[in-house]
Amino acid sequence: MEAFIIYITVFVLAIFVGFEVITKVPPTLHTPLMSGANAISGITVVGALVAAGSKESTIAAVLGCAAVIMATINVVGGFLVTNRMLLMFKKKK
Amino acid sequence: MGISLINIVYLVASVCFILGLKGLASPRTAPRGNMIGALGMLLAVVATLLDQQIVTFQLIIIGLVVGGAIGTYLALTVEMTAMPQMVAAFNGFGGGASALVAATALLAPGALTNVPPTQLYVATAASGLIGAATFTGSMVAWGKLQGVLRWQPKSDSLQKTINGTLFLAAMALGALVVINPTGFWAYCLLVAVASVLGVMLTVPIGGADMPVVIALLNSYSGLAACATGFVLGNNVLIIAGSLVGASGLILTSIMCKAMNRSLAHVLFGTLGPTAETATADEVYGGKVKSASAEEAAMIFETARLVIIVPGYGMAVAQAQHSVRDLANLLQEKGAEVRYAIHPVAGRMPGHMNVLLAEADVPYDQLFALEDINDTFPEADIALVIGANDVVNPSAREDTTSPIYGMPILDVDKSQTVMIIKRSLSPGFAGIPNPLFAAPNALMLYGDGKEMVRELIAALREQ
Repeated sequence: MEAFIIYITVFVLAIFVGFEVITKVPPTLHTPLMSGANAISGITVVGALVAAGSKESTIAAVLGCAAVIMATINVVGGFLVTNRMLLMFKKKK
Repeated sequence: MGISLINIVYLVASVCFILGLKGLASPRTAPRGNMIGALGMLLAVVATLLDQQIVTFQLIIIGLVVGGAIGTYLALTVEMTAMPQMVAAFNGFGGGASALVAATALLAPGALTNVPPTQLYVATAASGLIGAATFTGSMVAWGKLQGVLRWQPKSDSLQKTINGTLFLAAMALGALVVINPTGFWAYCLLVAVASVLGVMLTVPIGGADMPVVIALLNSYSGLAACATGFVLGNNVLIIAGSLVGASGLILTSIMCKAMNRSLAHVLFGTLGPTAETATADEVYGGKVKSASAEEAAMIFETARLVIIVPGYGMAVAQAQHSVRDLANLLQEKGAEVRYAIHPVAGRMPGHMNVLLAEADVPYDQLFALEDINDTFPEADIALVIGANDVVNPSAREDTTSPIYGMPILDVDKSQTVMIIKRSLSPGFAGIPNPLFAAPNALMLYGDGKEMVRELIAALREQ
Protein backbone atom coordinates (compact mmCIF):
# COMPACT_ATOMS: atom_id res chain seq x y z
CA MET A 1 0.00 0.00 0.00
CA GLU A 2 2.80 2.37 0.96
CA ALA A 3 4.48 1.87 -2.43
CA PHE A 4 1.20 2.31 -4.26
CA ILE A 5 0.66 5.72 -2.64
CA ILE A 6 4.07 6.81 -3.85
CA TYR A 7 3.29 5.78 -7.42
CA ILE A 8 -0.06 7.57 -7.30
CA THR A 9 1.70 10.67 -5.95
CA VAL A 10 4.16 10.60 -8.83
CA PHE A 11 1.29 10.09 -11.28
CA VAL A 12 -0.79 13.01 -10.05
CA LEU A 13 2.17 15.39 -9.85
CA ALA A 14 3.32 14.39 -13.33
CA ILE A 15 -0.13 15.13 -14.75
CA PHE A 16 0.07 18.64 -13.29
CA VAL A 17 3.57 19.16 -14.68
CA GLY A 18 2.26 17.92 -18.04
CA PHE A 19 -0.59 20.44 -18.06
CA GLU A 20 1.73 23.28 -17.07
CA VAL A 21 4.31 22.49 -19.73
CA ILE A 22 1.96 21.58 -22.59
CA THR A 23 -0.30 24.64 -22.30
CA LYS A 24 2.80 26.73 -23.12
CA VAL A 25 3.25 25.03 -26.50
CA PRO A 26 2.01 27.35 -29.28
CA PRO A 27 -0.55 26.01 -31.83
CA THR A 28 2.12 26.26 -34.54
CA LEU A 29 3.95 23.37 -32.91
CA HIS A 30 1.00 21.13 -32.06
CA THR A 31 1.83 18.53 -34.69
CA PRO A 32 5.48 18.16 -33.60
CA LEU A 33 4.17 18.11 -30.02
CA MET A 34 1.99 15.11 -30.84
CA SER A 35 4.71 13.20 -32.64
CA GLY A 36 7.24 14.09 -29.94
CA ALA A 37 4.89 13.09 -27.14
CA ASN A 38 4.27 9.93 -29.08
CA ALA A 39 7.96 9.12 -29.07
CA ILE A 40 8.04 9.70 -25.31
CA SER A 41 5.14 7.30 -24.78
CA GLY A 42 7.44 4.69 -26.34
CA ILE A 43 9.15 4.61 -22.90
CA THR A 44 7.27 1.32 -22.55
CA VAL A 45 10.31 -0.06 -24.40
CA VAL A 46 12.02 -0.17 -21.00
CA GLY A 47 9.64 -2.87 -19.78
CA ALA A 48 9.70 -4.61 -23.15
CA LEU A 49 13.49 -4.94 -23.04
CA VAL A 50 13.45 -6.67 -19.65
CA ALA A 51 10.69 -9.05 -20.80
CA ALA A 52 12.49 -9.89 -24.05
CA GLY A 53 15.76 -10.50 -22.21
CA SER A 54 14.52 -12.65 -19.32
CA LYS A 55 14.55 -16.45 -19.28
CA GLU A 56 11.62 -16.92 -16.92
CA SER A 57 9.04 -17.62 -19.60
CA THR A 58 9.48 -18.23 -23.33
CA ILE A 59 6.08 -16.80 -24.24
CA ALA A 60 6.85 -13.69 -22.21
CA ALA A 61 10.16 -13.31 -24.03
CA VAL A 62 8.50 -13.61 -27.44
CA LEU A 63 5.73 -11.15 -26.51
CA GLY A 64 8.45 -8.92 -25.09
CA CYS A 65 10.29 -9.03 -28.42
CA ALA A 66 7.12 -7.98 -30.26
CA ALA A 67 6.71 -5.17 -27.74
CA VAL A 68 10.32 -4.07 -28.28
CA ILE A 69 9.68 -3.86 -32.04
CA MET A 70 6.50 -1.79 -31.62
CA ALA A 71 7.91 0.51 -28.98
CA THR A 72 11.15 1.04 -30.91
CA ILE A 73 9.21 2.04 -34.05
CA ASN A 74 7.44 4.53 -31.81
CA VAL A 75 10.60 5.90 -30.21
CA VAL A 76 12.92 6.02 -33.22
CA GLY A 77 10.25 7.03 -35.72
CA GLY A 78 8.71 9.57 -33.34
CA PHE A 79 11.89 11.45 -32.47
CA LEU A 80 13.19 11.39 -36.06
CA VAL A 81 10.02 12.66 -37.67
CA THR A 82 9.65 15.34 -34.99
CA ASN A 83 13.18 16.50 -35.69
CA ARG A 84 12.47 16.51 -39.43
CA MET A 85 9.42 18.71 -38.92
CA LEU A 86 11.02 21.08 -36.43
CA LEU A 87 13.90 21.81 -38.79
CA MET A 88 11.36 23.09 -41.34
CA PHE A 89 10.25 25.90 -39.05
CA LYS A 90 12.33 28.93 -39.99
CA LYS A 91 12.17 32.59 -39.16
CA LYS A 92 11.93 35.24 -41.84
CA LYS A 93 15.32 35.98 -43.41
CA MET B 1 24.04 -1.77 -12.44
CA GLY B 2 22.34 -1.61 -9.06
CA ILE B 3 18.63 -0.96 -8.67
CA SER B 4 19.07 2.47 -7.08
CA LEU B 5 21.52 3.60 -9.73
CA ILE B 6 19.11 2.54 -12.49
CA ASN B 7 16.35 4.47 -10.78
CA ILE B 8 18.52 7.58 -10.68
CA VAL B 9 19.09 7.26 -14.43
CA TYR B 10 15.32 6.89 -14.87
CA LEU B 11 14.85 10.09 -12.87
CA VAL B 12 17.29 11.90 -15.15
CA ALA B 13 15.38 10.54 -18.15
CA SER B 14 12.09 11.84 -16.71
CA VAL B 15 13.64 15.29 -16.28
CA CYS B 16 14.85 15.13 -19.90
CA PHE B 17 11.30 14.40 -21.08
CA ILE B 18 9.90 17.38 -19.18
CA LEU B 19 12.67 19.68 -20.46
CA GLY B 20 12.15 18.33 -23.95
CA LEU B 21 8.46 19.21 -23.94
CA LYS B 22 9.29 22.55 -22.35
CA GLY B 23 11.54 23.27 -25.32
CA LEU B 24 8.52 23.06 -27.60
CA ALA B 25 7.31 26.38 -26.20
CA SER B 26 9.03 28.12 -29.12
CA PRO B 27 10.07 27.01 -32.63
CA ARG B 28 13.56 28.33 -31.87
CA THR B 29 14.19 26.06 -28.88
CA ALA B 30 12.10 23.14 -30.14
CA PRO B 31 14.76 21.15 -32.07
CA ARG B 32 17.01 21.18 -29.01
CA GLY B 33 14.07 20.16 -26.83
CA ASN B 34 13.39 17.19 -29.05
CA MET B 35 17.07 16.18 -28.81
CA ILE B 36 16.92 16.37 -25.00
CA GLY B 37 13.85 14.11 -25.03
CA ALA B 38 15.62 11.63 -27.30
CA LEU B 39 18.67 11.73 -25.04
CA GLY B 40 16.46 10.90 -22.06
CA MET B 41 15.08 7.91 -23.93
CA LEU B 42 18.58 6.72 -24.84
CA LEU B 43 19.69 6.98 -21.19
CA ALA B 44 16.64 5.00 -20.03
CA VAL B 45 17.25 2.26 -22.62
CA VAL B 46 20.97 1.94 -21.89
CA ALA B 47 20.36 1.79 -18.13
CA THR B 48 17.74 -0.91 -18.67
CA LEU B 49 20.08 -3.00 -20.79
CA LEU B 50 22.47 -3.12 -17.82
CA ASP B 51 19.67 -4.55 -15.64
CA GLN B 52 20.67 -7.86 -14.06
CA GLN B 53 17.36 -9.46 -14.99
CA ILE B 54 18.38 -9.38 -18.64
CA VAL B 55 20.23 -12.61 -19.35
CA THR B 56 19.88 -13.01 -23.10
CA PHE B 57 20.22 -10.34 -25.76
CA GLN B 58 19.13 -12.24 -28.88
CA LEU B 59 15.46 -11.15 -28.92
CA ILE B 60 16.38 -7.67 -27.71
CA ILE B 61 18.76 -7.11 -30.61
CA ILE B 62 16.20 -8.46 -33.09
CA GLY B 63 13.52 -6.16 -31.66
CA LEU B 64 15.69 -3.05 -31.58
CA VAL B 65 17.06 -3.58 -35.09
CA VAL B 66 13.70 -4.39 -36.70
CA GLY B 67 11.82 -1.64 -34.85
CA GLY B 68 14.60 0.89 -35.40
CA ALA B 69 14.76 0.15 -39.13
CA ILE B 70 10.98 0.40 -39.62
CA GLY B 71 10.77 3.58 -37.52
CA THR B 72 13.66 5.24 -39.36
CA TYR B 73 12.23 4.33 -42.76
CA LEU B 74 8.75 5.65 -41.90
CA ALA B 75 10.05 8.85 -40.32
CA LEU B 76 12.31 9.75 -43.22
CA THR B 77 9.95 8.92 -46.07
CA VAL B 78 6.54 10.09 -44.83
CA GLU B 79 4.96 12.99 -46.73
CA MET B 80 3.94 15.92 -44.52
CA THR B 81 0.35 15.58 -45.78
CA ALA B 82 0.37 11.99 -44.46
CA MET B 83 1.54 13.01 -40.98
CA PRO B 84 -1.87 12.46 -39.31
CA GLN B 85 -2.04 8.80 -40.30
CA MET B 86 1.55 8.22 -39.28
CA VAL B 87 1.01 9.73 -35.84
CA ALA B 88 -2.15 7.61 -35.60
CA ALA B 89 -0.16 4.46 -36.43
CA PHE B 90 2.57 5.38 -33.92
CA ASN B 91 -0.07 5.96 -31.23
CA GLY B 92 -1.28 2.45 -31.95
CA PHE B 93 2.18 0.89 -31.67
CA GLY B 94 2.70 2.63 -28.33
CA GLY B 95 -0.60 1.32 -26.99
CA GLY B 96 0.03 -2.17 -28.37
CA ALA B 97 3.50 -2.31 -26.83
CA SER B 98 2.10 -1.31 -23.44
CA ALA B 99 -0.57 -4.04 -23.57
CA LEU B 100 2.09 -6.62 -24.52
CA VAL B 101 4.42 -5.58 -21.69
CA ALA B 102 1.55 -5.88 -19.22
CA ALA B 103 0.95 -9.41 -20.54
CA THR B 104 4.58 -10.37 -19.97
CA ALA B 105 4.34 -9.11 -16.40
CA LEU B 106 1.54 -11.61 -15.80
CA LEU B 107 3.57 -14.44 -17.34
CA ALA B 108 6.91 -13.64 -15.76
CA PRO B 109 6.30 -11.44 -12.73
CA GLY B 110 9.56 -12.48 -11.08
CA ALA B 111 11.74 -10.94 -13.77
CA LEU B 112 9.73 -7.80 -14.33
CA THR B 113 8.11 -6.45 -11.24
CA ASN B 114 7.95 -6.45 -7.48
CA VAL B 115 4.83 -4.37 -6.88
CA PRO B 116 2.08 -5.70 -4.55
CA PRO B 117 -0.20 -8.25 -6.27
CA THR B 118 -3.38 -6.14 -6.24
CA GLN B 119 -1.62 -3.20 -7.88
CA LEU B 120 0.00 -5.54 -10.40
CA TYR B 121 -3.24 -7.16 -11.51
CA VAL B 122 -5.43 -4.05 -11.53
CA ALA B 123 -2.80 -2.12 -13.49
CA THR B 124 -2.31 -5.03 -15.87
CA ALA B 125 -6.01 -5.14 -16.62
CA ALA B 126 -6.06 -1.36 -17.20
CA SER B 127 -3.03 -1.51 -19.44
CA GLY B 128 -4.50 -4.38 -21.47
CA LEU B 129 -7.82 -2.57 -21.89
CA ILE B 130 -6.43 0.86 -22.82
CA GLY B 131 -3.47 -0.49 -24.79
CA ALA B 132 -5.44 -2.91 -26.96
CA ALA B 133 -8.25 -0.43 -27.64
CA THR B 134 -5.67 2.22 -28.54
CA PHE B 135 -3.95 -0.19 -30.92
CA THR B 136 -7.02 -1.23 -32.91
CA GLY B 137 -8.62 2.23 -32.72
CA SER B 138 -5.44 3.77 -34.10
CA MET B 139 -5.25 1.24 -36.90
CA VAL B 140 -8.82 2.14 -37.90
CA ALA B 141 -7.93 5.85 -37.76
CA TRP B 142 -4.86 5.14 -39.89
CA GLY B 143 -6.95 3.24 -42.43
CA LYS B 144 -9.49 6.03 -42.67
CA LEU B 145 -6.90 8.78 -43.05
CA GLN B 146 -4.92 6.74 -45.55
CA GLY B 147 -8.11 6.17 -47.52
CA VAL B 148 -7.88 2.37 -47.44
CA LEU B 149 -10.83 2.05 -45.04
CA ARG B 150 -14.03 3.63 -46.30
CA TRP B 151 -16.50 1.75 -44.10
CA GLN B 152 -18.39 4.25 -41.98
CA PRO B 153 -21.54 2.90 -40.37
CA LYS B 154 -23.96 5.39 -38.82
CA SER B 155 -23.59 5.70 -35.10
CA ASP B 156 -27.02 4.46 -33.97
CA SER B 157 -28.57 3.10 -30.83
CA LEU B 158 -27.75 -0.52 -31.76
CA GLN B 159 -24.11 0.40 -32.00
CA LYS B 160 -24.25 2.18 -28.66
CA THR B 161 -25.76 -0.95 -27.10
CA ILE B 162 -23.00 -3.11 -28.58
CA ASN B 163 -20.31 -0.72 -27.34
CA GLY B 164 -21.89 -0.59 -23.89
CA THR B 165 -22.02 -4.38 -23.72
CA LEU B 166 -18.42 -4.67 -24.88
CA PHE B 167 -17.32 -2.18 -22.26
CA LEU B 168 -19.14 -4.05 -19.49
CA ALA B 169 -17.63 -7.33 -20.73
CA ALA B 170 -14.18 -5.75 -20.65
CA MET B 171 -14.79 -4.57 -17.08
CA ALA B 172 -15.92 -8.04 -16.02
CA LEU B 173 -12.89 -9.65 -17.65
CA GLY B 174 -10.69 -7.05 -15.97
CA ALA B 175 -12.14 -8.07 -12.63
CA LEU B 176 -11.48 -11.70 -13.54
CA VAL B 177 -7.82 -10.90 -14.26
CA VAL B 178 -7.58 -9.44 -10.75
CA ILE B 179 -9.39 -12.35 -9.03
CA ASN B 180 -7.80 -15.13 -11.01
CA PRO B 181 -4.41 -13.86 -12.20
CA THR B 182 -2.95 -17.31 -12.95
CA GLY B 183 -5.46 -17.87 -15.75
CA PHE B 184 -3.73 -16.06 -18.58
CA TRP B 185 -6.76 -16.73 -20.80
CA ALA B 186 -8.77 -14.05 -18.96
CA TYR B 187 -6.19 -11.45 -19.95
CA CYS B 188 -6.22 -12.71 -23.56
CA LEU B 189 -10.02 -12.43 -23.65
CA LEU B 190 -9.83 -8.94 -22.15
CA VAL B 191 -7.40 -7.87 -24.88
CA ALA B 192 -9.68 -9.40 -27.54
CA VAL B 193 -12.77 -7.58 -26.26
CA ALA B 194 -10.84 -4.31 -25.89
CA SER B 195 -9.58 -4.69 -29.46
CA VAL B 196 -13.11 -5.02 -30.81
CA LEU B 197 -14.17 -2.06 -28.67
CA GLY B 198 -11.35 0.07 -30.12
CA VAL B 199 -12.59 -0.68 -33.64
CA MET B 200 -16.25 -0.07 -32.80
CA LEU B 201 -15.54 3.28 -31.16
CA THR B 202 -13.44 4.64 -34.02
CA VAL B 203 -15.18 3.30 -37.09
CA PRO B 204 -18.28 5.61 -37.05
CA ILE B 205 -16.18 8.77 -36.74
CA GLY B 206 -15.93 10.81 -39.92
CA GLY B 207 -13.21 12.77 -41.68
CA ALA B 208 -13.75 16.20 -40.14
CA ASP B 209 -13.61 14.78 -36.61
CA MET B 210 -10.31 12.98 -37.15
CA PRO B 211 -8.18 15.66 -35.43
CA VAL B 212 -10.08 14.99 -32.21
CA VAL B 213 -9.71 11.24 -32.51
CA ILE B 214 -5.97 11.35 -33.14
CA ALA B 215 -5.48 13.68 -30.19
CA LEU B 216 -7.56 11.40 -27.98
CA LEU B 217 -5.69 8.27 -29.08
CA ASN B 218 -2.47 10.15 -28.40
CA SER B 219 -3.68 10.66 -24.85
CA TYR B 220 -4.66 6.98 -24.53
CA SER B 221 -1.24 5.78 -25.67
CA GLY B 222 0.22 7.85 -22.84
CA LEU B 223 -2.26 6.49 -20.31
CA ALA B 224 -1.46 2.94 -21.43
CA ALA B 225 2.23 3.59 -20.81
CA CYS B 226 1.26 5.04 -17.45
CA ALA B 227 -0.73 1.93 -16.51
CA THR B 228 2.23 -0.21 -17.53
CA GLY B 229 4.34 1.93 -15.21
CA PHE B 230 2.08 0.85 -12.33
CA VAL B 231 2.44 -2.78 -13.50
CA LEU B 232 6.22 -2.62 -13.45
CA GLY B 233 6.47 -0.23 -10.52
CA ASN B 234 8.52 2.06 -12.72
CA ASN B 235 8.31 5.82 -12.20
CA VAL B 236 9.77 6.82 -15.54
CA LEU B 237 6.87 5.11 -17.31
CA ILE B 238 4.36 6.74 -14.98
CA ILE B 239 5.86 10.21 -15.51
CA ALA B 240 6.34 9.93 -19.28
CA GLY B 241 2.89 8.39 -19.68
CA SER B 242 1.22 11.14 -17.64
CA LEU B 243 2.95 13.85 -19.68
CA VAL B 244 1.70 12.32 -22.91
CA GLY B 245 -1.75 11.69 -21.45
CA ALA B 246 -2.01 15.35 -20.39
CA SER B 247 -0.75 16.54 -23.76
CA GLY B 248 -3.30 14.46 -25.66
CA LEU B 249 -6.13 15.64 -23.39
CA ILE B 250 -5.23 19.30 -23.85
CA LEU B 251 -5.11 18.92 -27.63
CA THR B 252 -8.40 17.01 -27.62
CA SER B 253 -10.07 19.81 -25.71
CA ILE B 254 -8.58 22.49 -28.02
CA MET B 255 -9.86 20.62 -31.08
CA CYS B 256 -13.33 20.14 -29.60
CA LYS B 257 -13.57 23.85 -28.79
CA ALA B 258 -12.38 24.77 -32.29
CA MET B 259 -15.16 22.66 -33.78
CA ASN B 260 -17.75 23.78 -31.26
CA ARG B 261 -18.49 20.20 -30.28
CA SER B 262 -18.39 18.27 -27.06
CA LEU B 263 -16.19 15.22 -26.86
CA ALA B 264 -19.28 13.05 -26.35
CA HIS B 265 -20.70 14.48 -29.57
CA VAL B 266 -17.63 13.62 -31.58
CA LEU B 267 -17.51 10.10 -30.17
CA PHE B 268 -21.18 9.20 -30.25
CA GLY B 269 -23.02 11.57 -32.57
CA THR B 270 -22.84 13.07 -36.01
CA LEU B 271 -23.37 16.63 -37.16
CA GLY B 272 -25.87 17.22 -39.94
CA PRO B 273 -27.76 20.13 -41.42
CA THR B 274 -30.85 20.97 -39.39
CA ALA B 275 -34.26 21.46 -40.96
CA GLU B 276 -34.27 25.22 -40.44
CA THR B 277 -31.03 25.80 -42.31
CA ALA B 278 -31.45 28.16 -45.27
CA THR B 279 -31.01 26.51 -48.64
CA ALA B 280 -28.14 27.42 -50.93
CA ASP B 281 -30.49 29.26 -53.32
CA GLU B 282 -31.87 31.49 -50.58
CA VAL B 283 -28.41 32.40 -49.39
CA TYR B 284 -26.67 32.89 -52.73
CA GLY B 285 -29.59 33.91 -55.05
CA GLY B 286 -27.93 36.25 -57.53
CA LYS B 287 -25.77 37.94 -54.92
CA VAL B 288 -22.51 36.08 -55.55
CA LYS B 289 -19.89 38.06 -57.47
CA SER B 290 -16.94 36.48 -59.19
CA ALA B 291 -13.76 37.88 -60.67
CA SER B 292 -10.98 36.78 -62.99
CA ALA B 293 -7.36 36.54 -61.94
CA GLU B 294 -6.60 39.79 -63.81
CA GLU B 295 -9.36 41.70 -62.00
CA ALA B 296 -8.23 40.29 -58.67
CA ALA B 297 -4.62 41.20 -59.40
CA MET B 298 -5.61 44.86 -59.82
CA ILE B 299 -7.00 44.88 -56.29
CA PHE B 300 -3.86 43.16 -54.97
CA GLU B 301 -1.74 45.83 -56.65
CA THR B 302 -2.74 48.47 -54.11
CA ALA B 303 -3.12 46.22 -51.04
CA ARG B 304 -1.04 47.05 -47.95
CA LEU B 305 -2.04 44.15 -45.73
CA VAL B 306 -3.05 40.76 -47.10
CA ILE B 307 -4.16 37.92 -44.84
CA ILE B 308 -4.08 34.47 -46.39
CA VAL B 309 -6.49 31.91 -44.91
CA PRO B 310 -5.48 28.39 -45.95
CA GLY B 311 -7.75 25.40 -45.50
CA TYR B 312 -7.15 21.74 -46.09
CA GLY B 313 -8.33 22.22 -49.69
CA MET B 314 -5.11 24.14 -50.29
CA ALA B 315 -3.04 21.18 -49.15
CA VAL B 316 -5.11 18.79 -51.26
CA ALA B 317 -4.43 20.96 -54.32
CA GLN B 318 -0.72 21.01 -53.32
CA ALA B 319 -0.91 24.78 -53.66
CA GLN B 320 1.25 25.75 -50.65
CA HIS B 321 4.38 26.42 -52.73
CA SER B 322 2.45 28.61 -55.18
CA VAL B 323 0.84 30.44 -52.27
CA ARG B 324 4.27 31.15 -50.82
CA ASP B 325 5.41 32.51 -54.24
CA LEU B 326 2.37 34.78 -54.31
CA ALA B 327 3.13 35.97 -50.77
CA ASN B 328 6.76 36.70 -51.70
CA LEU B 329 5.66 38.66 -54.76
CA LEU B 330 3.21 40.72 -52.70
CA GLN B 331 5.96 41.45 -50.18
CA GLU B 332 8.27 42.57 -52.99
CA LYS B 333 5.52 44.97 -54.00
CA GLY B 334 5.49 46.37 -50.47
CA ALA B 335 2.51 44.61 -48.93
CA GLU B 336 2.54 42.85 -45.59
CA VAL B 337 1.42 39.21 -45.71
CA ARG B 338 0.13 37.18 -42.78
CA TYR B 339 -1.37 33.74 -42.60
CA ALA B 340 -4.41 33.06 -40.41
CA ILE B 341 -4.53 29.45 -39.26
CA HIS B 342 -7.74 27.99 -37.85
CA PRO B 343 -7.08 25.18 -35.32
CA VAL B 344 -8.86 22.67 -37.56
CA ALA B 345 -7.36 23.89 -40.83
CA GLY B 346 -5.52 20.59 -41.26
CA ARG B 347 -6.19 16.97 -40.45
CA MET B 348 -4.54 17.10 -37.02
CA PRO B 349 -3.67 19.85 -34.53
CA GLY B 350 -1.03 22.14 -36.06
CA HIS B 351 -0.98 20.26 -39.36
CA MET B 352 -1.40 23.35 -41.55
CA ASN B 353 1.57 25.03 -39.88
CA VAL B 354 3.79 22.08 -40.74
CA LEU B 355 2.57 22.08 -44.35
CA LEU B 356 3.34 25.79 -44.67
CA ALA B 357 6.68 25.45 -42.89
CA GLU B 358 7.60 22.74 -45.39
CA ALA B 359 6.86 25.24 -48.16
CA ASP B 360 9.36 27.64 -46.49
CA VAL B 361 6.76 30.01 -45.09
CA PRO B 362 8.46 31.68 -42.08
CA TYR B 363 6.73 30.75 -38.84
CA ASP B 364 6.52 34.36 -37.68
CA GLN B 365 3.99 34.97 -40.47
CA LEU B 366 1.68 32.23 -39.13
CA PHE B 367 -0.98 33.52 -36.73
CA ALA B 368 -3.43 31.58 -34.62
CA LEU B 369 -7.12 32.47 -34.68
CA GLU B 370 -7.17 34.46 -31.43
CA ASP B 371 -4.04 36.39 -32.44
CA ILE B 372 -5.28 37.56 -35.84
CA ASN B 373 -9.04 37.97 -35.64
CA ASP B 374 -8.76 41.59 -34.49
CA THR B 375 -6.57 42.40 -37.48
CA PHE B 376 -9.06 41.51 -40.23
CA PRO B 377 -10.78 44.98 -40.20
CA GLU B 378 -7.38 46.50 -41.06
CA ALA B 379 -6.70 44.06 -43.89
CA ASP B 380 -7.18 45.18 -47.49
CA ILE B 381 -7.61 41.62 -48.68
CA ALA B 382 -8.39 38.32 -46.98
CA LEU B 383 -7.55 35.53 -49.43
CA VAL B 384 -9.34 32.29 -48.54
CA ILE B 385 -7.95 29.17 -50.21
CA GLY B 386 -9.66 25.83 -49.74
CA ALA B 387 -11.42 26.76 -46.49
CA ASN B 388 -15.16 27.01 -46.01
CA ASP B 389 -16.84 26.25 -42.68
CA VAL B 390 -14.09 27.98 -40.66
CA VAL B 391 -14.89 31.30 -42.36
CA ASN B 392 -18.69 30.94 -42.30
CA PRO B 393 -20.19 34.00 -40.53
CA SER B 394 -23.31 31.95 -39.67
CA ALA B 395 -21.26 30.55 -36.80
CA ARG B 396 -21.24 34.05 -35.34
CA GLU B 397 -24.64 35.40 -36.36
CA ASP B 398 -27.19 32.67 -37.06
CA THR B 399 -28.34 31.03 -33.84
CA THR B 400 -30.19 28.32 -35.79
CA SER B 401 -27.09 27.25 -37.71
CA PRO B 402 -25.63 23.86 -36.75
CA ILE B 403 -22.21 25.49 -36.52
CA TYR B 404 -23.42 28.42 -34.36
CA GLY B 405 -20.85 29.22 -31.70
CA MET B 406 -17.91 27.69 -33.53
CA PRO B 407 -14.92 30.06 -33.45
CA ILE B 408 -14.31 31.34 -36.98
CA LEU B 409 -11.84 33.59 -38.74
CA ASP B 410 -13.58 36.96 -39.29
CA VAL B 411 -12.51 37.33 -42.92
CA ASP B 412 -15.78 39.11 -43.77
CA LYS B 413 -14.57 42.13 -41.77
CA SER B 414 -11.71 42.85 -44.15
CA GLN B 415 -11.98 45.33 -47.03
CA THR B 416 -12.26 42.64 -49.69
CA VAL B 417 -12.53 38.88 -49.27
CA MET B 418 -11.40 36.72 -52.15
CA ILE B 419 -12.32 33.08 -52.06
CA ILE B 420 -10.56 30.62 -54.32
CA LYS B 421 -12.90 27.68 -54.76
CA ARG B 422 -14.03 25.38 -57.55
CA SER B 423 -17.74 25.99 -56.96
CA LEU B 424 -20.19 27.05 -54.27
CA SER B 425 -20.35 23.49 -52.87
CA PRO B 426 -20.66 23.23 -49.08
CA GLY B 427 -17.89 22.16 -46.67
CA PHE B 428 -17.97 19.35 -44.09
CA ALA B 429 -20.89 20.88 -42.20
CA GLY B 430 -23.00 20.62 -45.37
CA ILE B 431 -24.43 24.15 -45.09
CA PRO B 432 -24.27 27.17 -47.42
CA ASN B 433 -21.85 29.98 -46.58
CA PRO B 434 -23.34 33.54 -46.59
CA LEU B 435 -19.78 34.89 -46.88
CA PHE B 436 -19.80 34.02 -50.60
CA ALA B 437 -22.77 36.36 -51.12
CA ALA B 438 -21.39 39.21 -48.98
CA PRO B 439 -21.05 42.61 -50.72
CA ASN B 440 -17.27 42.68 -50.16
CA ALA B 441 -16.69 39.10 -51.33
CA LEU B 442 -15.30 37.98 -54.68
CA MET B 443 -15.26 34.38 -55.82
CA LEU B 444 -12.24 33.29 -57.83
CA TYR B 445 -13.49 30.05 -59.34
CA GLY B 446 -10.86 27.44 -60.09
CA ASP B 447 -8.33 24.94 -58.78
CA GLY B 448 -6.35 26.39 -55.87
CA LYS B 449 -2.93 25.95 -57.38
CA GLU B 450 -3.85 27.12 -60.90
CA MET B 451 -5.70 30.19 -59.67
CA VAL B 452 -2.78 31.25 -57.48
CA ARG B 453 -0.44 30.77 -60.45
CA GLU B 454 -2.73 32.90 -62.62
CA LEU B 455 -2.77 35.58 -59.92
CA ILE B 456 1.03 35.58 -59.84
CA ALA B 457 1.22 35.86 -63.63
CA ALA B 458 -1.31 38.69 -63.69
CA LEU B 459 0.52 40.55 -60.90
CA ARG B 460 3.84 40.20 -62.74
CA GLU B 461 2.35 41.72 -65.88
CA GLN B 462 1.23 44.84 -64.09
